[in-house]
Amino acid sequence: MLKFSFWDILSNLLIATEWTIILSLIAFFCGGIVGLILLFMRTSGVKPLEWFTKSYIEFFQGTPLLMQLFLFFFGIALFGVEVSPWMAATLALTLWTSAFLTEIWRGCVESIPKGQWEASATLALTYIEQMRYVILPQAARIAIAPTVGFSVQVVKGTALASIIGFVELTKAGTMLNNATFRPFLVYSLVAAIYFCLCFPLSWFAKKLEGRLNAAR
Amino acid sequence: MPLVSIRDVRKSFGALEVLKGVSLEVEKGDVVAIIGRSGSGKSTLLRCINGLEAYQSGAILADGIEVGGLHANLRELRRHVGMVFQQFNLFPHLTVAGNVMLAQTVVNKTPKKEAREIAAEVLAKVGLSEKMDAWPSQLSGGQQQRVAIARSLAMRPKVLLCDEITSALDPELVNEVLRVVEQLAKEGMTLILVTHEMRFARDVGTKLVFMHHGRVHEQGAPKEVFAAPKTPELQQFVGSVA
Amino acid sequence: MLYKLEFGDLLPYWDVLLQGLVFTIVLTVVSTVAGIAVGTAGASARTFGPAWLGRVVVVYVELIRNTPFIVQLFFIFFGLPAAGVTLSETTAAFIAMVINLGAYSTEIIRAGIQAIPKGHIEAGVSLAMSKWEVLRHIVLNQAFRKIYPALSSQIIIVMLGSSVVSQISAQDLTYAANFVASRNFRNFEVYLLAALAYLLLAMLTRSLLRGLGRIIFKAE
Ligand SMILES: Nc1ncnc2c1ncn2[C@@H]1O[C@H](COP(=O)(O)OP(=O)(O)OP(=O)(O)O)[C@@H](O)[C@H]1O
Ligand SMILES: [Mg+2]
Repeated sequence: MLKFSFWDILSNLLIATEWTIILSLIAFFCGGIVGLILLFMRTSGVKPLEWFTKSYIEFFQGTPLLMQLFLFFFGIALFGVEVSPWMAATLALTLWTSAFLTEIWRGCVESIPKGQWEASATLALTYIEQMRYVILPQAARIAIAPTVGFSVQVVKGTALASIIGFVELTKAGTMLNNATFRPFLVYSLVAAIYFCLCFPLSWFAKKLEGRLNAAR
Repeated sequence: MPLVSIRDVRKSFGALEVLKGVSLEVEKGDVVAIIGRSGSGKSTLLRCINGLEAYQSGAILADGIEVGGLHANLRELRRHVGMVFQQFNLFPHLTVAGNVMLAQTVVNKTPKKEAREIAAEVLAKVGLSEKMDAWPSQLSGGQQQRVAIARSLAMRPKVLLCDEITSALDPELVNEVLRVVEQLAKEGMTLILVTHEMRFARDVGTKLVFMHHGRVHEQGAPKEVFAAPKTPELQQFVGSVA
Repeated sequence: MLYKLEFGDLLPYWDVLLQGLVFTIVLTVVSTVAGIAVGTAGASARTFGPAWLGRVVVVYVELIRNTPFIVQLFFIFFGLPAAGVTLSETTAAFIAMVINLGAYSTEIIRAGIQAIPKGHIEAGVSLAMSKWEVLRHIVLNQAFRKIYPALSSQIIIVMLGSSVVSQISAQDLTYAANFVASRNFRNFEVYLLAALAYLLLAMLTRSLLRGLGRIIFKAE
């Protein structure tokens, strides 16, 4: 059996961390784009669109992320398409993220006074233009802090991709543990790396929130 | 043809009937002052005219466009029907110029440079040339309301709706706004204003409309109506506000 | 259609799935009660305790909130035995859940306490109430009323997160679903059913907590 030094373990974990970061970034940005589209649908006032987004959000917020990963992993395969853990993980995490972001952003949009909608409607702006030029620029200011805060959940959520076999930080930890039989060390390091990824984001979110409250 | 014609409009909020068959004709150049008790339906009527509220029956034609139609072209309508609100509703994330230019550039696709020239012109008209690059939060209430008026004027509306535009202002700021409106009236702008300023309604208005319980209860030339109200309700109302 | 869904193949396993569901419910209820107890203690210590204790609480809260639950679970189940503490998978699952919810509720309750006007505490003190009485009757009572919705959402998040305990073979609903899938290979059907069960559970929990909130905090 190979002998693993502390540095071997750490460097292997750090290499896998790259995938945790990549998966987080993809889920966060793609989830943000999908979330923005859903936000437009959710606040459009068009009943079928609202009903669809509501159910979508209910499903992704009301079932375990792990189940969603399983469903995508085994569900896509039913169509005869070869599914890699990578594909299932990015898809599930993207949609999961989009549901939460839509809900966070909807709260921000709804906190914009009704008068802003009416004044812009009176100026002949369409719904999309109202959102684009009047509502979203104002909502974005309030949305930044909770959005950054949610990015922490995304990073942590990627850990579940390990369960369907995608090799990122947590999976690498499990593999290294099986090879070294040093679970205390390995999982301490894994936790420490996640902490280093997440804590700055949490801290930044809190900072932003404080600044926004002070500005009011 | 009248610029705005309202025919037997009914409007309910749930079980509450707020407009119970309102009819009104507004000619080009008219300055219509709508008065009446709180809850008589003045704001609702105004909001129906530019499609902010939907009505259940009757018809409103503004500049030839049917407002309540199933496929009403609200965008086209609102390009020609401006509205100023009690609470100003300036866009806080845009400068004064940004507020005035927004609809021009987005809706009318006016080039930025030209839009800014128009902004300068309408801001001059409301006496705020030097505030072009200020932020709404830096302005007094009266100044904000004048920007809101300029914002509507920039669209070159054929008719301007004003809903109690001085009610949220400190008393000493009321006149600067009223003077702007008076000037617009002199220039021939068609105005429909809901107001509690009786003297202004009498002196500037060409037509007075008294609303009561969701109906046009009495209307006519302001000076005559004020001098000799026919209905007891208007007599009482005039007595209570005088 | 390339594939026909066969939910009938799940029927023989209904008891396995039901047992899993019951485990998930028990796990959630127990960790909710214990987790909120931990959170109350943590928040009180953080706000009213000595500075060093406050710092310990902060480290605990931040460590838990900034690492994935699955890693916490693995650390407790696989890591601690190496340090001489061996736990069964069920015990490890319960402990991990309590620790996790404890950290989140500490933070939520702390925010609730901080939102209470200082005057209320001073008023209590001036009524000759002891420190404990002020804490219980004035501070926590009001704080809980305020943060009840946030706490409710967190309980549901933790309930859904509990599906991860299947990964150390604690026999919850997800574990049962994995088991069934390994027997009849109806992966998608099983997971869809389990997902719907979780969804129903989440909705039920939400209305239950709402009703409970109305009873506990009825207009006083
Ligand atoms: N969105 C709404 N939903 C339900 N009821 C409404 C709504 N808007 C107005 N109403 C009701 O309709 C009636 C007329 O309201 P409206 O605002 O038109 O009165 P108004 O004449 O403008 O009064 P004021 O002088 O107080 O502004 C009131 O009884 C009001 O409560
Ligand atoms: Mg009104």
